[in-house]
Amino acid sequence: MTELPLIGEAVAVAADPKLAGARIGVVTFPGTLDDRDAARAVRLAGATPVALWHADTTLGDVDAVVIPGGFSYGDYLRAGAIARFAPLMSKIIDAANSEARLPVLGICNGFQILTESHLLPGSMIKNDHLKFMCRDQVLRVENSTTDWTGDYAAGQEITVPLKNQDGQYLADDKTLDALEAEGRVVFRYVGFNPNGSRRDIAGIANAAGNVVGLMPHPEHAVETGFGPESGLSGAAGTGGSDTDGLGFFTSVLNKIVGANK
Amino acid sequence: MPRIVVDVMPKPEILDPQGKAIVGALPRLGFTAFSSVRQGKRFELTVDGEVTEEILAQARDAAETLLSNPVIEDVVNVEVVEA
Repeated sequence: MTELPLIGEAVAVAADPKLAGARIGVVTFPGTLDDRDAARAVRLAGATPVALWHADTTLGDVDAVVIPGGFSYGDYLRAGAIARFAPLMSKIIDAANSEARLPVLGICNGFQILTESHLLPGSMIKNDHLKFMCRDQVLRVENSTTDWTGDYAAGQEITVPLKNQDGQYLADDKTLDALEAEGRVVFRYVGFNPNGSRRDIAGIANAAGNVVGLMPHPEHAVETGFGPESGLSGAAGTGGSDTDGLGFFTSVLNKIVGANK
Repeated sequence: MPRIVVDVMPKPEILDPQGKAIVGALPRLGFTAFSSVRQGKRFELTVDGEVTEEILAQARDAAETLLSNPVIEDVVNVEVVEA
């Protein structure tokens, strides 16, 4: 897929052939923005990114799938609503629900697509303050047992960029209570709730923990020199590092490689 | 050509941020009689030919599966409008 340009200290985590053998699909819809960053994050974690196109009718030989952010199909109708019915999505839904429990990560628009697909409960509506917001955001990892958070410690705080207009997570109280009781709230906003999300929820998982969705963007915080700590707000002291997002991708790799042992 | 009109509204229990912004703007223009605004969507589905019961059923199905998200919205009306 994408060559890794020579910026920063972009040396992929030692070329471990076992890791490089892991293939992580990155989906592109018309209007997707962050597919190249997601592919780059996969490569920096040591795995091989595989480009998937929304109109593909087969998923091919991938060990996990990332649905990146952007504005799929212009976000017309509702964010993620049309993407949910793309031919590739039905394959992803089947694979995520199958016995093999394909790991699926939805970021931002990808999270919206996962809720529209009913892989995750609830929905996103416009931010309560009605504005597009872009900032470095502190999150608390509430659940470190999902396929995408195994390399974090429960309670760990990480800083990754957040950028959205339709980021207000909501669900009815019964659903929220169930999510809390089952430990399926995976990330919570810390210090500041940027969009009015219920109970400060930034990301959630399905019951099996293989499907995770969140609004903030871990794939933009994977390289020293190009993450939140080096950005403008880094000077203001968000307290994170530049690479707090890399753990998503190393977590799923460890999960895949562990399963193949 | 007949059209099927589908109206979708945010669920009553969900605060509608767009409606909230509009209700804030109205008094600035002198429209002071309105205490609340909710913003929904209207879809017009054009049918080539007669609207049969089967086509109307398809429209209702489309309204529930694609045109609305039952988590946040209700389909409040599906009706045939002759051109």
